[in-house]
Amino acid sequence: MELFLKITLAVVLIMLLWRMWPATKHWMENGPKGSNKDWMTFALIIAAITGFVVLMVMSVRN
Amino acid sequence: MNPNYAAVSRPRLSALEANKVLKNTYMLLSATLAFSAVMAMVSMYTNMPPMAYLISVIAAMVLGMFVLPKTANSSAGVGVIFLITGLLGFGLGSILTVYMAMANGPQIIATALGGTGIIFLGLSGYALTTKKDFSFLGGFLFAGMMVVVLAIIASLFIQIPALTLTISAAIIMLMSGLILFDTSRIINGGETNYIMATFSIFLSLFNIFVSLLNILGIMSND
Repeated sequence: MELFLKITLAVVLIMLLWRMWPATKHWMENGPKGSNKDWMTFALIIAAITGFVVLMVMSVRN
Repeated sequence: MNPNYAAVSRPRLSALEANKVLKNTYMLLSATLAFSAVMAMVSMYTNMPPMAYLISVIAAMVLGMFVLPKTANSSAGVGVIFLITGLLGFGLGSILTVYMAMANGPQIIATALGGTGIIFLGLSGYALTTKKDFSFLGGFLFAGMMVVVLAIIASLFIQIPALTLTISAAIIMLMSGLILFDTSRIINGGETNYIMATFSIFLSLFNIFVSLLNILGIMSND
């Protein structure tokens, strides 16, 4: 039963990829390009979230 | 992961209309989160097996891909989004039951819940106050999500804790980017449908919460 569910989920995920592809192609080809400053801002935000997740991991390990 | 982003550009909204979309999105998001939490409690109370999670996720994904886009412009869309979020909450309850059985399970759940809330409030607060346009993330986020979906398919059949950890970490990063992207699309008039906006933000929150549970569960000493 579990294997059947996993195969079904894999099929649904492949359908998701198929549905996502046009939007992905559109955003990759026609989406606005960010400046270096934009990407640096995003990198800092991701770094802050990474640090926060590390803190959470430390809190459950203690 | 919401596959229903418009692949064509739409006319921009006025600030007043954008604020209305934002307000409706947050109201519907609050209601769906509360409903999802109730469904999770029902699932925990009835002691659903972990298999319920897979069944609920499959049903929710099918509804999200094929039914919601057709009903999002009518009042029926509100019913469909409650059905999807209720299903996801119900499935989540069966996972929470497993965590509750662990020695530090309640602490892990509380930390993941609090962490998800802080990440969401921080990111949406940042996007709302700066009004910065994060649409430049579109290509990166969609390409990243496609890679992650492929990795999830592989992880269904190959059980490697390191792969699960990597996928969970990647999902948190991508969903964080998606919260910025979605919020900025709403305030800049790129998203006009509050039902689809709610669906996307709900999925981001759900995925962050489940990924945090995974990471904290694997990394805890228990």
